[in-house]
Amino acid sequence: MKRFKGFVIKEFYHIFRDLRTVVILFGIPIAQLLLFGYVVTNEIKDAKIAIYDQSKDYLTSKLTQKILSSGFFELEKNLDSYIDIEKSFKKGKIKEIIIFEPNFAKNLEKNGTANIQIIADASEPNTANMLTNYTSAIINTFSRDINPLAQQPLQIITETRMQYNPDLKGVYMFVPGIMAMLLMLISALMTSISITREKELGTMEVLLVSPLKPIQIIIGKVTPYVLLSFINAIVILLIGNFVFGVPIQGSIILLLAESVLFILVALTLGILISCATNSQQIAMMISLVALMLPTILLSGFIFPIENMPLVLQWLCQLMPPKWFITIIKTIMLKGAGFDYVWKETLVLIGMMCFFIIVSVKKFKIRLE
Amino acid sequence: MEQTPIITVKNLVKKFGSFVANDNLTFNVYKGEIFGFLGANGAGKTTAMKILCGLSLPSSGEANIAGYDVYKDTDKIKRNIGYMSQKFSLYEDLTVYENIRFYAGIYGLRRKVIREKTALLLNKLQLDQEKDTLIKSLPLGWKQKLAFSVAIFHNPKIVFLDEPTGGVDPITRRQFWNMIYEAANKGVTVFVTTHYMDEAEYCNRVSIMVDGRIAALDTPGNLKNEHNVQTMNDVFLKLARSS
Repeated sequence: MKRFKGFVIKEFYHIFRDLRTVVILFGIPIAQLLLFGYVVTNEIKDAKIAIYDQSKDYLTSKLTQKILSSGFFELEKNLDSYIDIEKSFKKGKIKEIIIFEPNFAKNLEKNGTANIQIIADASEPNTANMLTNYTSAIINTFSRDINPLAQQPLQIITETRMQYNPDLKGVYMFVPGIMAMLLMLISALMTSISITREKELGTMEVLLVSPLKPIQIIIGKVTPYVLLSFINAIVILLIGNFVFGVPIQGSIILLLAESVLFILVALTLGILISCATNSQQIAMMISLVALMLPTILLSGFIFPIENMPLVLQWLCQLMPPKWFITIIKTIMLKGAGFDYVWKETLVLIGMMCFFIIVSVKKFKIRLE
Repeated sequence: MEQTPIITVKNLVKKFGSFVANDNLTFNVYKGEIFGFLGANGAGKTTAMKILCGLSLPSSGEANIAGYDVYKDTDKIKRNIGYMSQKFSLYEDLTVYENIRFYAGIYGLRRKVIREKTALLLNKLQLDQEKDTLIKSLPLGWKQKLAFSVAIFHNPKIVFLDEPTGGVDPITRRQFWNMIYEAANKGVTVFVTTHYMDEAEYCNRVSIMVDGRIAALDTPGNLKNEHNVQTMNDVFLKLARSS
């Protein structure tokens, strides 16, 4: 035990005497979280629109007012002709144009229908989609308000409620995603680098010749990273909660326990990587390319897994972060307990055991 | 010199698939001896040394290190040997004292013992002022001496030196060999591999490996006489060419 303590102390010296390591451990997580939280956002706020009102009656002005007062849109310009539409889009500032047909109010009163055209700049498809959806929603509410229900007996009204994230805040998605990504980065990358560094420096052979058992060496090397990753997980949760207002509905203890499990999965993966290579550079490449990109792309962090081709969906099932993200979303946002995440937990435990078994088999005790 | 064998190797064979890295090695190393283990790259030195350090098992044959069997007692072997490689194996970002404390600690030495021995050692190496200096700011020669001192800090019966003088200037090498003699005089058996044939002359006995076999084993003087040449370098070339 005393030997082990000395080993861990030595490892902390390595970490805190290397500025780069400290930055990777503590700087990057916070910077990433703030960046993703503030910069990458799919919410709409003050989108620039133009209106081509050919009718200019009391109804169109009322509707225009309603759209502009929603907070999502900002009127950039009133158009006077169809030719202006193309021109406005080409300038690039205006994202959406709303066109009222002539005699809008009259048509509505006489025929019961009137037409509005919404044209969106779909060179940014996601934004265009969202803008038109928001606009239609406002118009639907408006038409329901001015049309008493009695006139249309068979009308079906949908009432949408965005459960667990009523304001559709992007940060709700990013906090779990970033947490998975950062824990993966720190745990897998840092352990694989620190183990391969001992191999490169030749200190690993001295350790192997010493009475320390290989398993003691490995545990001694990863223990500091378990502690530091755990601190990071807490920092991420705190920032998510206090800076971005992401709620923690479920049990914090369960959440932290699942985080520790995920840290261990990532660490065993890092150990596996360091068993497969002898150089820090290769370890870093494998960690970044083989772990970071799939974590971002295939974990459901940014892109929904359900929309992927079937083969990729299968691939996603192999990604540890995918399961972890599901777990933390369920606990943080839905407030569910262990009985809702035990399956995912089992999968992570299974993955960890698999990595350990493969690492032990691959761990070559050699003097090279 | 007393002739108590501390390493006995008998018919030791190590195969990797069909490749025979160590072909029927048989030799003894005696207590307090400086034993040179020579051979070209790829001759099987490293493989043999790994087996003797308890890091890998032979395919067949017997080997006994400091009274312990390489098949059964690798743990005990590890506790009784020291090891130093060409890379010196000190942590560059730790101080002199932290390195000593760490390595002594993994051999289970008590803190009080470590402190006392460190003081003596630093005094001997004239490194008292450098106790809290990071290894990376020490000159190469000092690192090497310190690495050797760390390797024998826990009083091992045998110390294995794997090309310990690589990349060091001749004067420092000379000083380093003085340390080796000193250790040998205290009864530590020194098992050393080297590329420098002038260093082979400093050994009590040398073995020369060629293609996985021991092609010659005797004192440097006898080897030179036997092959009728002036230097160990010529002995080595003669043996390596005849294969």
